[in-house]
Amino acid sequence: MAANITTLTDTNFNEEIKGSAEPVLVDFWAEWCGPCKMIAPMLEELADDHAGKIRVAKLNIDDAPATASAFHVMSIPTLILFKDGEPERRIVGARPKAALLEELSEFL
Amino acid sequence: MPDTRDVVIIGSGPAGLTAAIYTARANLHPLVIEGELTSNTDQPGGQLMLTTDVENYPGFPDGITGPELMKSFRDQAERFGAEIRTAKAGKVEFSGPPHRIWIGDEEIEARAVIVATGARALMLGLPNEQRLLGYGVSTCATCDGFFHRGKPIVVVGGGDSALEEATFLTRFAEKVTVVHRRDQLRASKIMQDRAMANPKLEFEFDTVVEDVLGDDVLEAVKLRNVKTGDVKTLPVSGMFVAIGHVPNTDLFKGWLEMEDTGYLVTQHGSTFTNVEGVFAAGDVQDHVYRQAITAAGSGCMAAIDAERWLESTGDSSHTIDPTPRDW
Repeated sequence: MAANITTLTDTNFNEEIKGSAEPVLVDFWAEWCGPCKMIAPMLEELADDHAGKIRVAKLNIDDAPATASAFHVMSIPTLILFKDGEPERRIVGARPKAALLEELSEFL
Repeated sequence: MPDTRDVVIIGSGPAGLTAAIYTARANLHPLVIEGELTSNTDQPGGQLMLTTDVENYPGFPDGITGPELMKSFRDQAERFGAEIRTAKAGKVEFSGPPHRIWIGDEEIEARAVIVATGARALMLGLPNEQRLLGYGVSTCATCDGFFHRGKPIVVVGGGDSALEEATFLTRFAEKVTVVHRRDQLRASKIMQDRAMANPKLEFEFDTVVEDVLGDDVLEAVKLRNVKTGDVKTLPVSGMFVAIGHVPNTDLFKGWLEMEDTGYLVTQHGSTFTNVEGVFAAGDVQDHVYRQAITAAGSGCMAAIDAERWLESTGDSSHTIDPTPRDW
């Protein structure tokens, strides 16, 4: 996994999200989800291209079911952008990079 | 003016990528415009990207997953030099040859075009269905079945796709109710037998979904029996829709001849369309068979039709290595 991407679990979630100076884009994903795999390289690019502005973190819902359920994730991929520890933007379903950048433009 | 390419293929399911393998091997340097990422079936790789197990594609005795199969197709096309662009064709002008295709503002000119844009799964078209998409209403059983562990699910439809999804979802759900508007299923015998033998599957025949209920997440669906008129509410945490397909042909309106249903018309026994130099393959022109293997087969036909047509016009920019006739 790219150096700029944090792995989240049920244990470190609060610390990583609440303690972050930058907004954090959390990718709720799983190994068995095709569209999740398709967007993974794009998220790595986003993490590299916008380092310092935004952080990208991945949360495997098989490994962290409590957090996924706490945020009512019912479809993956779901991306949630947390700012100052609070969910600010939610993007459900895969989409092309240009569309994703557009939806996140105010945070980049 | 951009360089004129010999072959541009629009679409990257089994038809598009098979056409890419054949035209690449014929030294035609095809460009494949594969589409853009989505969570529905209109995405690179096509409908198989959201299919779990493909059990009827010859050559895979133990079955293979849809995404694995499509990755193999793509790798094989790239191995022979097909160029693949992850983008969506936004506009076409089939006034040639040469014909023109746009990706955003970028114009691409092609002597031959192979249209293989496939078909996409239909939704019910209810306002609340859109509102709850991603909150219990799903376009991807393989992605979202997990979230309904131990809960009731409804699957709408009566064909093979519906029963495949319903059977797959019984791995997670407490119960899966299949709602079908007719009194019998359209699915193949083997799928029906498998479904009927599954104790977690229940059926509501002659029934349609009238509304999708829930404030923040899906809580229930409202069902109406079309024969008796009885209405009831079925509590569910998930809804998956498999009621059929519509061809991705909006882009070609005004250029290519199509049926009232939007499917492209090809000349009998070939992939020729009404426009010289434009060929159509796969589900975009087939509402009868709609199989991965038939799509791949017609992709091969389109490649050979395009090769021979380019050869006959004599203005390919490359030396064509024609696919042998006695294969």
